[in-house]
Amino acid sequence: MLQLVIFLVFGALCVAGAVNLLVQRHPINSALSLIVVMASLAVEFLLLGAEFVAAVQVIIYAGAIMVLFVFVIMLLNAGEEEATKGSRVAMLLGVPAVVVGSGLVAWVLVEHSSAQSAEALLGAPRTIGWMLFHEFLLPFEITSVLVLIAIIGAVVLASRLDTSTPEPGSRAAQLDKMGSVGQLREAGSPVEPVGAQNRRQG
Amino acid sequence: MLSVTTFVIVSVIKTVIAIFVLLTAVAYSVWLERKVVGHIQNRWGPTRVGPFGLLQPLADGVKFLMKEDLTPPYVYKPLYIAAPMIAVIFALTSIAVIPVGNWVNIGSIQTPLQITDVNIGLLIVLGITSMGVYGVALAGWSSNSKYSLLGSLRASAQMVSYEIALGLSLIGVLIMSGSFSLREIVDAQAGHFWGFIPNWNVFRGQEVAFFIYLMAAFAETNRVPFDLPEAETELVAGYHTEYSAMKFAMFFMAEYANMITVACLASLLFLGGWHGPLFGPHILQEILPLFWFFLRVFGFLFLYIWIRGTLPRFRYDQLMNFGWKFLFPLAVTNLVITALIVALKS
Repeated sequence: MLQLVIFLVFGALCVAGAVNLLVQRHPINSALSLIVVMASLAVEFLLLGAEFVAAVQVIIYAGAIMVLFVFVIMLLNAGEEEATKGSRVAMLLGVPAVVVGSGLVAWVLVEHSSAQSAEALLGAPRTIGWMLFHEFLLPFEITSVLVLIAIIGAVVLASRLDTSTPEPGSRAAQLDKMGSVGQLREAGSPVEPVGAQNRRQG
Repeated sequence: MLSVTTFVIVSVIKTVIAIFVLLTAVAYSVWLERKVVGHIQNRWGPTRVGPFGLLQPLADGVKFLMKEDLTPPYVYKPLYIAAPMIAVIFALTSIAVIPVGNWVNIGSIQTPLQITDVNIGLLIVLGITSMGVYGVALAGWSSNSKYSLLGSLRASAQMVSYEIALGLSLIGVLIMSGSFSLREIVDAQAGHFWGFIPNWNVFRGQEVAFFIYLMAAFAETNRVPFDLPEAETELVAGYHTEYSAMKFAMFFMAEYANMITVACLASLLFLGGWHGPLFGPHILQEILPLFWFFLRVFGFLFLYIWIRGTLPRFRYDQLMNFGWKFLFPLAVTNLVITALIVALKS
């Protein structure tokens, strides 16, 4: 009973966060709503007995990936979102599409799913580790290679911009000596005074 | 098995005690810091309020509450107000899974000295600390000031970088004890080997991991020599430049609460938790584990303060190089070697 109440509360919180994510105009508010969604999903996992997945959800998604999102928003100082022609078309087509899509998913889940009790799900760290390194060893390794390729690709893309060596004594060369400042410039971030950027009215 | 009512009552009592002890410890670690740093610099530290300045934390608390709470007009208000709350909430939450001693019997009720004993305790602590970075990041961004923004950018980059080394250094301990439960990790370190050396992880091949953990923990809590986010000589006060009164005090509390959590975790994972020599009458034997645990935590806090009084600050590129090019490969090597040794032994 208590479990059901907590499940419903966090389910509602999750949906509210997701809606707020779409409604909010400012990217940082959207990113924070996404964190709420991830955290409440973690609670739902916890209630289903998948405590390892819940912890990983918080550590990786809410703790690491979203920190990078917020980091990027802060660094680029993205302003308020503006409604364009494209976004109005997306609004007109997207809302009905979402309604139809979620209706379909709900219908499939209600009509065709076999009810499975929470005990049947294996969520303990030991079981997950065992399954990863026995039954799913090959997919696991292939995924890790895929992630490795992605990392190497990111490094290559980031360092390719660095190949043009600046003339000695130029402003760029001086910046390069300062290490991280040089990388920042190479990554193409706007060189504006920081304080002037996210100033908003009121 | 406890009934639901007793469970709720016992949990509430334990939570209240834990929060009270933690907040007192936070207040007095500030006092300890001022005292120890004072003596390192050949000063007295606080002496005026109460004997040895012992009432200084109370006076500071009253001062913070009475001060004018300035909100600059150019801040983004919702996040500006939420940021110190986020910081302090996540700093205080992680104490919930930290065990401080064995089980105790009060009448017919048996309960662990820990708010809740979960089997993924360590992961929960890691998750909560990884969320704590939002307090700092949002404080800097919403303040809308260049010093704050630079401070919070430094803080988030530093925390994300050092979290990897921190996590990897803990995996060695996890492999050796085979559990995520902090209680089981401590229990696996009971006893001695060769007759006299305690069976702590730090003496059983995790010396390197302990060193990495120590370094990464200093960086995670933004302490000297890794206190770049609030480097007062370059950034005024870093991410909390624009905060005053109790909001500023909340960041302060969060920092010290994080220090205490990190010290607790180091004691539990590497130094055998509450294990230590037990002697004397029965009541003393019940209290001694608590005493040994708090002694270790105190030792860590003292080490923190000692280092603050001794070392200068890193430069930012040195900090990143140290984290990524030294600690990270070292942690991976330690992990591989530990895994090999454990696999060969079994």
